[in-house]
Amino acid sequence: MTVTIFEASKIITMNPARPVATHVAVRDGRILGAGSLTELAGWGTHTLDRRFQDKILMPGLVEGHSHVSEGVQWRFVYCGFHDRSDPDGKTWPGLRSVDAVVARLSAAERAMTEPLQPLSGWALDPIYFDNRRVTRHDLDRVSKERPIGIMHASGHIMNVNSKALELAQMLRPGIDHPGVPLGDDGLPTGEMKGPDAMTPLGRHVGLDRGLLASDEPGLRAFARLCVRKGVTTAADLANLLPDAAVAMMARVGAEPMFPARIVSLRVLRGIGPQEAIDHAIALKKQSTDRMRFGAVKIVVDGSIQGFSARLRWPGYYNGAPAGLWYVTPEQLAETLERALEAGVQIHTHTNGDEATELVLDVLEAALRKHPSSDHRFTLQHCQLANAAQFRRMKSLGMCVNLFPNHHFYWGDEHYRLTVGPERAERMNACATALATGVPLAIHSDAPVTPLGPLFTAWCAVNRMTSSGRVLGEAECISVEDALRTITLGAAYTLKLDSEIGSIEVGKRADFAVLEDDPTTIGGDRLRDVRVWGTVQGGRVFAADTI
Amino acid sequence: MAAVAQLPVTVLGGYLGAGKTTLVNHLLRHAGGRRIAVAVNDFGALPIDKDLIEGAEGNVLTLSGGCICCTFGSDLVAGLMELAARADTIDHVVIEASGVALPGAIGQSLSLVAGLVLDAVVVVVDAETVQERAADLYMSDTITRQLADADLLIVNKIDLVAADTVGRLEAWLAQRAPTARLIRAEMSAVATDVVLGYSGPRALDGKTPPQPLHSTAAYDTVSIAFAERVDALRLAKGLADPALGLVRAKGFVHDAVRGWLTVNVVGKRYSLAPMPDAAARAGRLVCIAHGRPIDRSALANVLKLAAVDKVLEVIPCP
Repeated sequence: MTVTIFEASKIITMNPARPVATHVAVRDGRILGAGSLTELAGWGTHTLDRRFQDKILMPGLVEGHSHVSEGVQWRFVYCGFHDRSDPDGKTWPGLRSVDAVVARLSAAERAMTEPLQPLSGWALDPIYFDNRRVTRHDLDRVSKERPIGIMHASGHIMNVNSKALELAQMLRPGIDHPGVPLGDDGLPTGEMKGPDAMTPLGRHVGLDRGLLASDEPGLRAFARLCVRKGVTTAADLANLLPDAAVAMMARVGAEPMFPARIVSLRVLRGIGPQEAIDHAIALKKQSTDRMRFGAVKIVVDGSIQGFSARLRWPGYYNGAPAGLWYVTPEQLAETLERALEAGVQIHTHTNGDEATELVLDVLEAALRKHPSSDHRFTLQHCQLANAAQFRRMKSLGMCVNLFPNHHFYWGDEHYRLTVGPERAERMNACATALATGVPLAIHSDAPVTPLGPLFTAWCAVNRMTSSGRVLGEAECISVEDALRTITLGAAYTLKLDSEIGSIEVGKRADFAVLEDDPTTIGGDRLRDVRVWGTVQGGRVFAADTI
Repeated sequence: MAAVAQLPVTVLGGYLGAGKTTLVNHLLRHAGGRRIAVAVNDFGALPIDKDLIEGAEGNVLTLSGGCICCTFGSDLVAGLMELAARADTIDHVVIEASGVALPGAIGQSLSLVAGLVLDAVVVVVDAETVQERAADLYMSDTITRQLADADLLIVNKIDLVAADTVGRLEAWLAQRAPTARLIRAEMSAVATDVVLGYSGPRALDGKTPPQPLHSTAAYDTVSIAFAERVDALRLAKGLADPALGLVRAKGFVHDAVRGWLTVNVVGKRYSLAPMPDAAARAGRLVCIAHGRPIDRSALANVLKLAAVDKVLEVIPCP
């Protein structure tokens, strides 16, 4: 029953009744109140903790859409174009050419002792190499004997060397598949596009876990990364959640120094609507404070950069076909109806505006059968929604979780190639969502883009592409709105806003501890805000020692 | 390159409710000794009638007659790799695609897995609703692409369509499925030899003559043996000619240039491949037509043009 009062240079509370404070009192991992030391002393005997006296506290950041597999990726060689920091705090410089990628892989290869062990890499993005395609011959320069596989940043393409193709029995003529480009010799170039083309290679190059899976060390690594980014709650948006994984997550989450709260969603895959809802209900009962279950994710379409998102007329800017459905309207309708009936929350992945429209249509009909006042079904990504669709979201009681990081990483491509200038400038319309009153979250989809809500907030505030183009100034949002979105906004979409998202009496003692004040540093520098660490459930985690 | 026996794969596509599952069960009940592996790329209830199921092991159901059924969620290629590894216990793979899958794309994925070969893309449509589906705001292009992928198009539930509109429906379908042969069906009842062709114990192994098919009024077969070397490409093209109206033709021939080859014709698509075991002494060919008798004289003409001038025997169906 000990009371700790943390003193800070400034506490940004997200509680409009007392927006800033200097002290916050914590007992049993929860907040007794935020205010002045005099006010809080009224709670009785306390310890005054002044270690944050020159720091800024704000509510623990909430990542509304990521994947715990980010923690696993860092076992592989980082091959990305942009600098990125790993769970141990080491920043890996971005690689600016194919030669630089080959050099880093070669260094990693030389350090390996097992001769046949595959060499795996990730986050390659040849778009930045003037779209010069990487081939097996490039990777053969690293090794001809050891299988090598590099996953692209998008997660949709993999590059392999000749040895890997040979092991997968694919270094042969006669392969006729759109995902397998062939060289002049009639053999695969080593670029494997799409899940079908990647699968035969995965197990030979150590990349067969897929984007969804994590294991015990991966989960801990993910949580350490959360501390470095000021995140105290993160959604793991698509997990199959077999019993063994749930048991592992509960066990790891219960470790006294596990520093984050994970909200893991059961993805509708391999089972039918009724089974998925039943599984979600059963999982919910197994929730602990730091491992939350009970919602269902449905993937409705593909990705925009993969040209598999479902777009409405006039479709893709380069004339590619309209994309792919991953669920039928009938299956979607049955799942939504059963979910409304049972009170299970649904998050739907819709990248294209046609996929979004289908969900709006189906939910509207389902709500007529099962009226629900607070379902908070959430459209995830929802990158191309227009103003009319945001108005429908509002009418239907939906939330939206937009993906502003896309502007920075692929905005130039969207402008030039995928959806063209007008829709590229409208993408991830955060300002429209807020103006319409649709509850808003924004996300990284880590490991697709780096975890880091303050960076995501910077993307939503500035909408700047990596080449420096501002992609639709009208949809930029204020710093204040962005900060609310990465705390209370995301918490609301996870139905956790009564527990987290602001620093006020009764809520969990979850804080992001910052070296800089995000409200005064300037919107253009939001991504430069330094994170000291977090307080999660009253426990202090310094990024330096995590 | 050494010829290796390849496991034939049929991709079964079509929208929800068209009758794919009924067809799968029909094939399993009339497998003709084939050990069929049904691969399910869908979520939801298993598509196998309960009385056919003998046991379960992991994601694999064992079915009567040595058949199996396996589910692999969304990871189609991983499932196919598993099946390729079991090739010695399977005669034919049937992939039941999800209602929104593009069966042609699945067919292309087969080339990624060594040891598998596409036999045919079979698309089932509900004769009563397909036109309405194809006009659906969301599903229109998906349905259209499914139709365009078909080698064989099973026009199912034909009994639910007014007789005077069948012709118009088939003309509409033929326009959208330009590479397909149309097969009318009720309750997905189409002979296994039509859907899967010769495989398993019926496979032409180059030694034993093909057995006459059990016949129904709906289809007609002709089995031919011949001695001479032929122009295999010309033969295959001739057999695939829409004017001849064959649903399938399969056999092995001694090509004048390339040696012993297998010939496989499904609808308008044909393929030639080196024979794994070229021990045959005579060429063999089995032709199947559906819904109409085979025009013997037109067939004879095709054979003649391919230099098959010494036919040993023609075995019509009883």
